[in-house]
Amino acid sequence: MKQWYKVIDVALCHDCNNCFMADKDEFVGNDWPGYTAAQPRHGHRWVDILRRERGQYARNDVAYLPVPCQHCAKAPCVEASGGAISYRSDGIVMIDMEKAKGRKELLDTCPYGAIYWNEEKQLPQKCIFCAHLLDDPTWKPHTTRCAHICPTDAMKTYFVEPAEMDKMIAEEGLEAYLAELGTRPTTLYKNLYKFTKNFITAGVLVDGDCYENADVTLHSKEGGIACTLSGAGVANCQDTSVLATRATNFFGEFKFDGLNNGEYTLEVDAAGRKYSTSVTVKDESVNLGFIRL
Amino acid sequence: MGEVVRLTNSSTGGPVFVYVQDGKIIRMTPMDLDDEVDAPSWKIEARGRTFKPPRKTTVSVYTAGFKSMIYSDKRIKCPMKRVDFDPKGERNIQNRGVSGYEPISWDEATDILVAEINRVKREAGPAAILSSPSSHHMWGNVGYRHSTYFRFMNMMGFTYADHNPDSWEGWHWGGMHMWGFSWRLGNPEQYDLLEDTLKNTEMIVFWSSDPEVNTGIYAAHESTPRRFWMKDLGIKMVFIDPFYNHTAGLIGDKWLSPKIGTDHALSFAIAYTWLTEGTYDKEYVATHAYGFEEWADYVLGKTDGVPKTCEWAEGESGVPACEIRALAREWGKKKTMLAAGGLGGWGGACRASHGIEWARGMIALATMQGMGKPGSNIYSTTQGVPTDYEFYFPGYAEGGISGDCENSAAGFKFAFRMFDGKTTFPSPSNINTTAGQHIPRLKVPECIMDGKFQWSGKGFCGGDIQHQMHQYEYPAPGYPKIKMLWKYGGPWIGTMTATNRYAKMYTAPGLEFVVSQSIWFEGEVPFADLILPACTNFERWDISEFANCSGYIPDNFQQTNHRVISLQAKCIEPVGDSRSDYDIYCMIAEKLGIGPMFSEGKTDLDWIEQYYNATDMPKHMTFQEFFKKGYFVVPDNPNRKKTPALRWFAEDREKDTPDWGPRLNNSVDRKGLQTSTGKVEFIATSIKNFEDAGYVDEYRPAMHTYVPAWEGPRCELAKKYPLGMLAPHPRFSFHTMGDGKDSFMNDIKDHRVLVDGHYYWIIRINSVDAAARGIKDGDLVRVFNDRGSVIVCAQLGERTQPGTVHTYESCAEYNPLGKPGRSADRGGCMNILSPDRYMSKYASGMAPNTAQVEIEKWDGGIYEI
Repeated sequence: MKQWYKVIDVALCHDCNNCFMADKDEFVGNDWPGYTAAQPRHGHRWVDILRRERGQYARNDVAYLPVPCQHCAKAPCVEASGGAISYRSDGIVMIDMEKAKGRKELLDTCPYGAIYWNEEKQLPQKCIFCAHLLDDPTWKPHTTRCAHICPTDAMKTYFVEPAEMDKMIAEEGLEAYLAELGTRPTTLYKNLYKFTKNFITAGVLVDGDCYENADVTLHSKEGGIACTLSGAGVANCQDTSVLATRATNFFGEFKFDGLNNGEYTLEVDAAGRKYSTSVTVKDESVNLGFIRL
Repeated sequence: MGEVVRLTNSSTGGPVFVYVQDGKIIRMTPMDLDDEVDAPSWKIEARGRTFKPPRKTTVSVYTAGFKSMIYSDKRIKCPMKRVDFDPKGERNIQNRGVSGYEPISWDEATDILVAEINRVKREAGPAAILSSPSSHHMWGNVGYRHSTYFRFMNMMGFTYADHNPDSWEGWHWGGMHMWGFSWRLGNPEQYDLLEDTLKNTEMIVFWSSDPEVNTGIYAAHESTPRRFWMKDLGIKMVFIDPFYNHTAGLIGDKWLSPKIGTDHALSFAIAYTWLTEGTYDKEYVATHAYGFEEWADYVLGKTDGVPKTCEWAEGESGVPACEIRALAREWGKKKTMLAAGGLGGWGGACRASHGIEWARGMIALATMQGMGKPGSNIYSTTQGVPTDYEFYFPGYAEGGISGDCENSAAGFKFAFRMFDGKTTFPSPSNINTTAGQHIPRLKVPECIMDGKFQWSGKGFCGGDIQHQMHQYEYPAPGYPKIKMLWKYGGPWIGTMTATNRYAKMYTAPGLEFVVSQSIWFEGEVPFADLILPACTNFERWDISEFANCSGYIPDNFQQTNHRVISLQAKCIEPVGDSRSDYDIYCMIAEKLGIGPMFSEGKTDLDWIEQYYNATDMPKHMTFQEFFKKGYFVVPDNPNRKKTPALRWFAEDREKDTPDWGPRLNNSVDRKGLQTSTGKVEFIATSIKNFEDAGYVDEYRPAMHTYVPAWEGPRCELAKKYPLGMLAPHPRFSFHTMGDGKDSFMNDIKDHRVLVDGHYYWIIRINSVDAAARGIKDGDLVRVFNDRGSVIVCAQLGERTQPGTVHTYESCAEYNPLGKPGRSADRGGCMNILSPDRYMSKYASGMAPNTAQVEIEKWDGGIYEI
């Protein structure tokens, strides 16, 4: 049976907050009977946008992770709710506004923190995947408000058979955020490494000038996953002991991204001038500054 | 429940569909184009690929949340009078900004107002009434400030507080002297540069440019997909900005971060590298530049003993010399577009104390690389789409129903299409002219408190290069001093410079009466004696085109992927007892005895129909058909001749772009630039003439020179206030629009932070500077200098060079902790801290983007000075 999925590309999100605002536009001040009561004017984040800066000045970047209700296929909130929260046949997880009234403890069932408390109405509330719109045949955009308003197509929805989504997951390297929780979210992320993993970067100088096309190799004793980001924002990931090689750009810079915590060895060869160092990645990206050869 | 109706409207952040039910707005969305009825999109073939824009419009975030500004407790619901203001007795001027308000009826309010207008006119004349609206009115060409406001105000009579060219500044006061473009206030044309870039360009240098935030202007995210196309084609993207900006974060390959006020050190070092390595377009410069040889000697240090090397620039800017040199070398090899701000030019660096020389530096670099040749130009990726440039639909700056040819662009075409002079008439100005009385908005406090002031240039003065050099004084000879202020909106305190000045001004004894016409109770509105509640454009009728303001940004509909013209439907009745501006002016005009002349017996919708029929729209559909459909997508014109910007200049041909200038009398054989030599002037003949007449500008020499920022890391003030504060236009709000007002925007994490019940503005501090001051992420801090203090929330990170802090200007809130104008503000008015000094002695521009400050953890004090 076809299910609704949301796919969010971390490389395309730059925190414009259109999704956050469109959500408020749709749900604040509007009751959608049978779906959800109106959202309070302030305080709820049905699309919660997390920010993570990586690296150190001036080789740093920033990633944003919009986290709505993940509409998990194995949702802890459904399991704990005694019928107050349930799955629709299309996979959307819904809180029953009658049965859930007064049940603040349901907030604690969500490991993603996606359920919010409406103090005035004594209701737990969350993203409903705009089910009230998707059920309305006159709603021409036929997608959620957040995806419809996204200017970079960072957020898209799909109504497909699970097998088709599995294919897309494999082809595009989609992942669940905090997959280890085992809740099997139907919200999937592309380029998630930009938020969850780290990079090693530096600038290579030869005789004081930026050196283009130096060969840089990254080794790992334990092995690991390294990803290359193409111009189109698509990550190609490899799992080897020689993790990856790079040629420096015209600023003499290289960047190895998507790294797990661990010990790495970095080798630079600038037309015979060589340099080697070991680098530890521990929850933070590493800017080695200039490597002067 | 009644039926849900989908209406159309528009905004400063894009056109929208508005869903209305039972007299209430349910939602607002971008417009999906309908393939069955809407015209097909243009396409561009380049490097073996075909590019077509998405079939929908985009919106900016302040538009996405507009509903929360319409339905807000901060709306002014009825006319109000200050409780201790008695126009016939004690006025208690000293209590402005302190005492509260009582509701009164529209009849009472207009009686008070009309009595004051007539009193002031009889005592001193109409020029003793000062008025000024905010820069960006509610969207809509008929209701706009150039239209309805000027139509009424010109009939009533007033002294206008002219807006300075605040988005252009360095381009206006500096760039214009180098290459003309006075009709664009020193900014370049951008026609057909999208196709040129996709076909030919190898690198784009975004310098003080963040198009994902500033969008050009009014153009939402229309250009976003175009930059992804460029990225996909392998075009390298380099960003130069003290702040690691949002476009850099999304799409950048490299970020260079100069200290505030030092961008031009980099541009001189790049020129030095090209001069010494011979990697500039010598042939082009020989035929297209004036004064280049003498300038080159200066760059090389032959005349002042200081070679402008990359190492020298590193000392000024903190950017590694090797990286400046690497950029210069790549730029010398690759066809490069220089995105010098969001609209060709613009950019926060133009609104800084080095803005004049930064803008000239940008033009110098583009010239040295053959500006106008394929793939090489000044281009910001925000304009230049191959749309139908010939279809005439005016922008808001073209005067609308005022036909004021002096203070809008009505005299270009529109006034003559709109008014027949037999049955319908424009409302020209006589006082608000170069020969009458007007004062600069930035210096309203000085005019009112000191009673006299002198300056150069009247407002947006682009009629000719020399217009900005015209000298003015207040009071204008024979004219009275200001006794009454009619303010539209309350943004001065958030958007001007050293803005404690404005709070102090309101209690000046000579300012006998202040009326504020505003939608929201915010900013300096609570300083008025009388408050008139206006409504948003969702509560009245109007008409407009997506992003088209026109005027000093001619043909800027070319920012949008589709030219979308919207009927702006009156979606709901005005909230509370608020009224549309037009209805407010009708009421007052009646009591002034000029009602029939103001309205000509028309409703706002009647004017909209007259407006419609004066455009090219009737070629496609009648007004009745348009009224029913609600919007129109202007079809592409594939047979149009493509005319890339400045290609005519590079190829020494007659100008062939559809640009508005130069005027025929400003060129010879219709060739060349507007400058007197017709060339890019590295030594500006216009400034030289001015100097020869005795007007010597220390901070604007005739030759493009490295003039250190007068407020920046090298200035005296930096010893006391060592942190350079960058405060560009806000990320989420559009100036004050969207901010405050109890809007949804307050909940955006990177906009404001809720601490103990108050939503604080944010300052971004490098982790090194924060550690040195014992400041942690999320701390409330006091940002201060001699101009005042602002309490904000600290956000730690790596997005600035140590020594530079980043925030945004233009908040809507003003919440002084003690005496207004003297105590710390926790609304977030960072412009309390910016310098009120003009860019140079004779360049009457603002420089808020270079301010030296210090920061400490806030101890809860009110810091009254």
